[in-house]
Amino acid sequence: MTQAPAKLGTYRTGFEALRQEAEATDPQWLRDLRQEAWSRFNKLGFPTARRGNEKWKYTNVRPLAAANFENPPVAGAHENITVDDLRRVAPWNDSWTNLVFLDGHFARHLSGDANSAGQIGITSLADAIASENPVLQCQLAKHATVDDDGFTALNTAFLRDGAVIDVPAGHIAADPVHLIFVTTGQQDHAASYPRTLLIAGANSRVTVLESYVSLAESSYFTNAVTEFVLEDGSQVEHYRLLLENADAFHVGTTRVQQGKDSSITSASFARGAAMARQDVQVTLGAPGASCSLNGLYMTTGEQHIDNLINIDHAQPNTKSRLFYKGILDGKSKAVFGGTVLVRKDAQKTDAQQTDKNLLLSREAEVDSKPSLLIYADDVQCSHGATAGHIDKETLFYMQSRGLDREAASRILIHAFASQIIDTVELEPLRDYLDGLFLSEMPTASLEFGS
Amino acid sequence: MTQSAGSGGQTLLEVRGLSASVGGLEILKGVDLTVKAGEVHAIMGPNGSGKSTFANVLAGKPDYEITGGQALFEGADLLAMEPEIRSRLGVFLAFQYPLELPGVRAWQFLKAAVDAQRKQAGEEELSARAFDRMLKEKIELVDIDPDLVKRAVNEGFSGGEKKRNEILQMAVLQPKLAILDETDSGLDIDALRIVSDGVNKLRNESNAVVLVTHYQRILNYIAPDQVHVLMDGRIVRSGGPELAHELEERGYDWIKEAVDAGV
Repeated sequence: MTQAPAKLGTYRTGFEALRQEAEATDPQWLRDLRQEAWSRFNKLGFPTARRGNEKWKYTNVRPLAAANFENPPVAGAHENITVDDLRRVAPWNDSWTNLVFLDGHFARHLSGDANSAGQIGITSLADAIASENPVLQCQLAKHATVDDDGFTALNTAFLRDGAVIDVPAGHIAADPVHLIFVTTGQQDHAASYPRTLLIAGANSRVTVLESYVSLAESSYFTNAVTEFVLEDGSQVEHYRLLLENADAFHVGTTRVQQGKDSSITSASFARGAAMARQDVQVTLGAPGASCSLNGLYMTTGEQHIDNLINIDHAQPNTKSRLFYKGILDGKSKAVFGGTVLVRKDAQKTDAQQTDKNLLLSREAEVDSKPSLLIYADDVQCSHGATAGHIDKETLFYMQSRGLDREAASRILIHAFASQIIDTVELEPLRDYLDGLFLSEMPTASLEFGS
Repeated sequence: MTQSAGSGGQTLLEVRGLSASVGGLEILKGVDLTVKAGEVHAIMGPNGSGKSTFANVLAGKPDYEITGGQALFEGADLLAMEPEIRSRLGVFLAFQYPLELPGVRAWQFLKAAVDAQRKQAGEEELSARAFDRMLKEKIELVDIDPDLVKRAVNEGFSGGEKKRNEILQMAVLQPKLAILDETDSGLDIDALRIVSDGVNKLRNESNAVVLVTHYQRILNYIAPDQVHVLMDGRIVRSGGPELAHELEERGYDWIKEAVDAGV
């Protein structure tokens, strides 16, 4: 079942406006792509029906669908926002190449000079469209396709700005590239559609951070799509920070296409949003490709986070490591799903998939359903999921050494989270995450297991 | 070497008629025990006699319900205190089965424990450097592998390593009253000697040790001033070190028969 098209009202109006506006400026292929995406979204709607829909079984998008978010304000409407505002809500480092987006639009006055990064081609998507950068038509929407699902189609229908990072073959990018997507709250109830395209040329190396943050005080919707293309022998280090406000909806779709002997290490850190969905698909599309995906989510109140991670071992000698951890307080809920698919030809696949959850309250809930689908016979695969409370015996042991329950719990939660935070190689980011996850940790309503 | 500590020090622990149950089942049925500074007491008894319960109740394990009696530590009502307060005031339980703390660095854990104790005493936290120095001294004192404190607390430790780590924690926290719950179980003779040496080095005239054990073996290394036999939740015999030897030779049955006969 899909949503009745009439309910797509605000989106329809928004799309019509964009279509007319872009007619004079944007290339035909892009207008066609948007049109195709809109038709697709119009047909699919939001995935509100859960029965028989394994991908959305545990996550209810009805509140999101019913909210009818508006188009974001036009570009250039926020000259008053400063770097200091961003420092309050996002990791910030002057030595990184920072690209800031306000309500989906590139904010030149807050962004470093992308061209100073030398050979590495970093531009806003809007600039890349205006300059008719040929890489767009080749790669954009080829990895996250509009057939994927309604959210990708919706993002593509409204595709106009974001980041393009085109690392030339053999280039080692010295400075991390930090993409900061900010919802400003200057317009209530707005949606934004960040879009990122990264091409890591053969044997290149680059570090990319995506931060989704908020200065807003009420509800909004971020619908982000990220496409990574790793050419042969390239190495990408990737971080994704989900720090939306407590009333926000966030749907982030990430598609990674990997060439021969390429590798990605990616770590996702999530604290924000009322409802968040992170949908990641990695295609290990050539021999020797490997990926390591780590994640840490911490939720409280009535937050809901859904991680769907699919890894496609399409070729032999590919390796994947998936390690997610969750810390859940209050009445929050986490969903972890996804499949490691090992195709018939993908002999010598080496795959591990783990999801561990620490429940701090009786009312928090986890639905963890990692799965393996194996068609090759010479493989090494494992998976596991756990969920549990802080152990009472362990707590007594720590109390018997002089620590009160709260201090002991903090130490245990810290240790639990550190296992993921410690994988971060960027030191300033690691310090930031330490503070974010450890100093502001929820311990008010702790409940313990037996 | 073992110091020969005599009695006559300050009373550290005074237990009177202590009864405790777990899940409605009465385990301790009126235990009396007085421990003075400078003394070593051995609590012996067959399996299921309530030895570990006694140790755990003194440390404040929450599973037990106190149904009667009292325990005073330096005159204060021990049983009314949270476990962490007991620890900070100087009561230490070496666990029979020390728990693993995955990912918790031993250094961080011990520093937090020491700082909690200092805070209770109104002292400032130790600087990292001062703590480092102190920890190093204690590691040498109890002859433990320095690599153990670089790892997560007890994570993946062998049984012997866990027991040694308990003694290191004891050395760091310098308790007035150390209760060792079957610390000798599962130790080979070398490990038993190292652990015992550690305990002996930590003994002085102002602290005391309560050794809870099934076997007399550890008493060859840590000489007790008094030996008590706990049976069916009560101390049924008390005596000097010779009582332990007698138990070693004759087992526990003769005491049980004597008790049953009202002798």
